[in-house]
Amino acid sequence: MIRLKINGKEKNFDGDPEMPLLWFLRDVAGMTGTKFGCGVSLCGACTVHRNGQPIRSCSTPMKEIGDSEITTIEGIAPMHPVQKAWMEARVPQCGYCQTGQIMTAIALLKENKNPSDQDIDTAMSGNICRCGTYQRIRAAIHQAAKETA
Amino acid sequence: MKLIENVSRRGFLQGVLASGVFVLSARFVPEPLWAAEGDKAAALDPNMWLSIASDGTVTIIAHRSEMGCGSRTALPLIVTDELDADWSKVRLDQAVGDPKYGDQDTDGSHSVRSSFDLMRQVGASARSMLVSAAATQWSVSPKDCSTEPHFVVHKASGRKAGYGELAAAAAKLPVPPKEDLVLKSRSEWRYIGKETTSLFDLPDIVTGKAVFGMDATMPGMVYASIEHPPVLGQKIKSYDDKATLQVAGVQKTLTIDTVKPPHLFQPLGGVAVIADNTWAAFQGRKKLKIDWDTSSHSTYNSAEFRKTLESTSRQAGKVVRNVGNVDAEFAKGGKIVEAEYYTPHLAHASMEPPVAVAEYRDGKVVAWAPTQNPQAVQDTVATALGIKKEDVTCHVTLLGGGFGRKSKPDQVAEAAILSKQLGKPVKVVWTREDDIRFDFFHSVAAMYLKASIGPDGKPTAWLQRTVYPPINSTFDASSKYADDEMGLGWNNLPFDIPNHRAENGPADYHVRIGWLRSVANIYHAFAIHSFIDELAALAKKDPAQYLLDVIGPSRIVNLDYKEDEAEDKLKYPLDTARLRRVIDIAVEKSGWAKRPKVKGRGMGIAAHRSFLTYVATVVEVEVDNRGQIHIPNVWTAVDAGTVVSPDNVRNQFEGAAVFGTSLALYGEITATNGIIDQSNFNNFQLARMNHAPRKTEVHIVESDAPPAGVGEPGVPPFAPALCNALFAATGKRVRELPLSKTKFA
Repeated sequence: MIRLKINGKEKNFDGDPEMPLLWFLRDVAGMTGTKFGCGVSLCGACTVHRNGQPIRSCSTPMKEIGDSEITTIEGIAPMHPVQKAWMEARVPQCGYCQTGQIMTAIALLKENKNPSDQDIDTAMSGNICRCGTYQRIRAAIHQAAKETA
Repeated sequence: MKLIENVSRRGFLQGVLASGVFVLSARFVPEPLWAAEGDKAAALDPNMWLSIASDGTVTIIAHRSEMGCGSRTALPLIVTDELDADWSKVRLDQAVGDPKYGDQDTDGSHSVRSSFDLMRQVGASARSMLVSAAATQWSVSPKDCSTEPHFVVHKASGRKAGYGELAAAAAKLPVPPKEDLVLKSRSEWRYIGKETTSLFDLPDIVTGKAVFGMDATMPGMVYASIEHPPVLGQKIKSYDDKATLQVAGVQKTLTIDTVKPPHLFQPLGGVAVIADNTWAAFQGRKKLKIDWDTSSHSTYNSAEFRKTLESTSRQAGKVVRNVGNVDAEFAKGGKIVEAEYYTPHLAHASMEPPVAVAEYRDGKVVAWAPTQNPQAVQDTVATALGIKKEDVTCHVTLLGGGFGRKSKPDQVAEAAILSKQLGKPVKVVWTREDDIRFDFFHSVAAMYLKASIGPDGKPTAWLQRTVYPPINSTFDASSKYADDEMGLGWNNLPFDIPNHRAENGPADYHVRIGWLRSVANIYHAFAIHSFIDELAALAKKDPAQYLLDVIGPSRIVNLDYKEDEAEDKLKYPLDTARLRRVIDIAVEKSGWAKRPKVKGRGMGIAAHRSFLTYVATVVEVEVDNRGQIHIPNVWTAVDAGTVVSPDNVRNQFEGAAVFGTSLALYGEITATNGIIDQSNFNNFQLARMNHAPRKTEVHIVESDAPPAGVGEPGVPPFAPALCNALFAATGKRVRELPLSKTKFA
């Protein structure tokens, strides 16, 4: 039995300990805001926080989570300044990658209150957006930084 | 569960309707509206386009899919404007696949342009009925009444009634005939062309509540992952699933027959692993041992195939447009220029891989899928299971990208086939590797161009030949010519050249070929706009001015239209004045005339009309001393006629620059012995933030011309503009994509 804490709530899991957190969230816990994109940490669609740090849930087996606190998009109280900035900049097109983008951006702004373009590129380049909304993502992160400053 | 919420909301609506609120039904929409696309014999549905509840909530049917292009928002917004309703009181109900809605295929950048007039008429009909209802209540003439958002007002007496209050009375009135409808003048539009609205689903998207196909569930469903034949057409000789069945969570394995040509949208075939969850199904698949039969496509090797295409492109092909006499002009001698261009297969790689959930029960199928075309789901599932189309219900979720891939619902048929075998709902999830290896690929293409150059440096004759496996091979295995695709940038060259011939050579297919965002325009624009830049350089002319000179004076270009394009000819003539205007704007906004001419930096331009929209793009490039390509700026000018949502248009063209960057820098799918070599984002790379254009400015031409496409037309000019910029920066001419094949250091 694996015990874990997701968005402040205790959860139990007695399935395959090798199962990545992504599939626990989606198929077992029914929390579908975290997306499947590549399965091998290449696209960032599955990004969640582990103790506030962004991780790729598609490549994090359940057995490795231990006592850490997991936060998913469902655990972000709307409207977070980053979500608000996303709305104002009208970032999304299809929207599928955007929860992963937002989780990465929230983690970036926790570490760095006033990121430069370069900082944003470095933090965000693990998250692919096939629709190509990068320019708006960058603008939204700057805006959210201003809001929270 | 989200699915259940959705279903119950539908139930709620039906309840509301039964209690006698206003409904604009299909029956009331004047017949001629339906003649073009719709099936007149379709069953009448009282809930067809919109309803107004007594609390004023307006529910509008969204009959096109949302894959990121804004159709789901744009069409109901048009209805809302003509209804003179308040957008904040509008709810959307996503239509299931049903021919009564007419064409629902969200592709070809045509949702707005095909539905604009109809959506306006739907809104105007309902508004007229609400006004009549109010006028009757107040015993005044409808002519003396007007509307403001969500209210009918009688200015003379100061009376005012909300749409919700009037709904029940309005519902009993006859729907006005089309000729009596008074549409708003453009100056009266509150939403169309304004900056006031954003995507309907935006709040759900940023909070993770939006339901994509990947998120759809059905009670009691199981999960399936399918090992497809590595080579198109391979059959299973035998397979061993002992190790698979040992994997925790795996229930069983099932087979799906290998598809026979023509492939249509039918499943490829293979072995399905059925499991308690997606992960178990993926793990079980890794343990399968399958012995595949051979296939005639096992000979497909991209390097050899390229030689075949190129050799065909050097021989006379089928003539698809002829002006003057290129042969006579070439025979005169003089300066002749030839060039060959090549672009590889591409994969769509939507962020959401193909996925679907379906249940077969009592001879009927209910499916939830991220599909661009729910009626194609009905057809495909019906064919696969031998049931009637009307016994297939396809609910449409949001799509995590589509780009043409999700017009083809093979994965929905897989889910339905497996559900029938299992007797329970099945969710089929494709891995990223499945998505890239088993796509309906964008075609590989070879193009040959030849021109003779007059004393003024301008071409006097221009021959262009294109050769590629046609999309039609998916529907007719004997098809070798791309007859239906010549309008995609090949039989409509807008240049003022006295002798011009466009040809198409034959090619065989070895993988499934399909549409990808802007389709054949991608390679056609690449060849044409690289070649024109080469001619400009030979003539020692400014590339933008040379392009304008070759386009020539403002005029309507005389083209041969097919019968089914007759409407385009009248409504959307190819107008070089509009093409010249977007070039002028892109040149001006980019500061083209004052661009610095230093080594390692350059600008390039291309202008291409596709999906009836005129686009000019200037790309600025910097090449560092390691040969790395950086794109600091892109300027795009767009004339898409009447625009519903300017911000969405900007977003589409910003995105097109990124899509263009991906295909120009990295995009390449190859095959070895029929097996696709790429599999995930490590070897089929997409542009990330650090390599995408740093800034893309989009300038929209104000126009009251009929609306044209916006989802696709930003893509074609991007790659040639980038390559022309690279020529300016480095002196190196690129004739093949992707650019990763060319060294710049």
